[in-house]
Amino acid sequence: MRRWLLPLGLIALLFGLWQVASSTGVIADALSLEDFLVPSPVEIAESLWENRSLLAENAWVTLREMLLGILAALVVGIGMAVLMHRWQLIRDAAYPLIVASQTIPIVVIAPILVVWFGYGIAAKILIVALICFFPITVNALDGLRSVDPETVKLMRSLDASRRQRFWRVEAPAALPSLFTGIKIAVVVAPIGAVFAEWSGSSSGLGHLIQSDTAYFQVARQFATVAVLSALALALIGLTALAERRVVTWR
Amino acid sequence: MSPQDGKTRTVDPAPLRADTTGDGILLRSVGHAYGELQTLAGIDLEAAPHSVIGLVGPSGCGKSTLLELLCGLQEASDGEIAVAGATAAEERLARCAFMPQRDLLLPWYPAIDNAALALRNQGMGRREAREAAGALFERFGLAGFEGVRPAELSGGMRQRVAFLRTLVAGKPLLALDEPFAALDAITRAEMQEWLAAALRTDPRTVLLVSHDVEEALYLCDRVAVLSARPARIVAELSAPAPRAEDRDAAVTDPAFVAAREEAMRALREGSA
Repeated sequence: MRRWLLPLGLIALLFGLWQVASSTGVIADALSLEDFLVPSPVEIAESLWENRSLLAENAWVTLREMLLGILAALVVGIGMAVLMHRWQLIRDAAYPLIVASQTIPIVVIAPILVVWFGYGIAAKILIVALICFFPITVNALDGLRSVDPETVKLMRSLDASRRQRFWRVEAPAALPSLFTGIKIAVVVAPIGAVFAEWSGSSSGLGHLIQSDTAYFQVARQFATVAVLSALALALIGLTALAERRVVTWR
Repeated sequence: MSPQDGKTRTVDPAPLRADTTGDGILLRSVGHAYGELQTLAGIDLEAAPHSVIGLVGPSGCGKSTLLELLCGLQEASDGEIAVAGATAAEERLARCAFMPQRDLLLPWYPAIDNAALALRNQGMGRREAREAAGALFERFGLAGFEGVRPAELSGGMRQRVAFLRTLVAGKPLLALDEPFAALDAITRAEMQEWLAAALRTDPRTVLLVSHDVEEALYLCDRVAVLSARPARIVAELSAPAPRAEDRDAAVTDPAFVAAREEAMRALREGSA
């Protein structure tokens, strides 16, 4: 109860304060703005309802970019982690590169990728995958390497081949850590998707926020942000659920 | 060696003939070094088939290393090792079942799959392997716990599953590395009695590393006392009543107490 009530209470309190501050015009006056530029939570909720089909359409576009991007990152990330785990040479060669690749801000790389791969979904998937690849790879590799050397000796003494050791020990041992990586990936995926859409697109929640800026549609922008964060929360929830179904021994 | 002289033993200098050892083991002048650090020096040890040999020594003396060398998990720097006729490390690995200090049960497998792990690795199908391992659960006091994950088992039960896993592997030699060290005193005594009973009904060649002289003298036919690093064998003792049914009576018997004192003296001198 307490786990739910306390944050919900805090949210209610913050929204209440916001409602009062914006409907009395305190914030707008302080910032010397027109009232419509500072929508109240109620106005945002109204906008959310009025634009529900528009938001749903664009949410689907963004969700698809995120899901396909995460999927691509999972395939490549887990593959890379397994290769780096199996061959020290590959790990030594690729690991610094993977870390270094994270120092290039996605904001900078996104427009270039759009130039190369066009305004279609391919560039978006690639950008989301790029941002999700790192946490997945690093956590999967950590998980694979987390196996106690004593367990390795034990498995050798119990006649396990390299392949059996992987599937019976290393792969299951890596799962909790892999899920940690996926949770981080799911949180950063919307960032990747929005930057990808800002770099060139004709639909999606990021695109919607961008075009609404031009028309001072602040209420709808907030509504879009709410939808985007709801998507991310739903993905985190699904990941946690999947983890509980898969990692049953914890 | 003869059972009368408990202490010293000369090693036959004839060349190592693997076929003469049967299911037993033979170590000749085995030495081992990690880089500059000499951990073992000139270890000679012999175990007849189905005998239980104990290794006691001060902590950090290289007991566990000796066990790993024997099992073929590492290659010895010096000397010769034969296990059930095999001298190459890879072949020794196939003939030894190693039980580490910690149970190291795989948390994602239920008890039965942990016990059957070696059989699965050897290529047996899941159902068949479960049947083979499951047949022993009753005798090991584990009936009804086949489907239970290790996290839900008590320490003693986990250790029994770990021992079962070692036994089920079907190897001629069991190499046990302080199998009960992590248990509380009462559970440890119970487990010793239990292991004694298990070995009475299913005799195997066993090498048992222990830091507990009493445990070694109760469970083993013979106990080798190792010195501090670089470890040598400083004494070999015959146990007065190996794996006696009445443990309490056995360990309080004057002959047992005398053997324990002798082992303790050898330990003290060896670690000085």
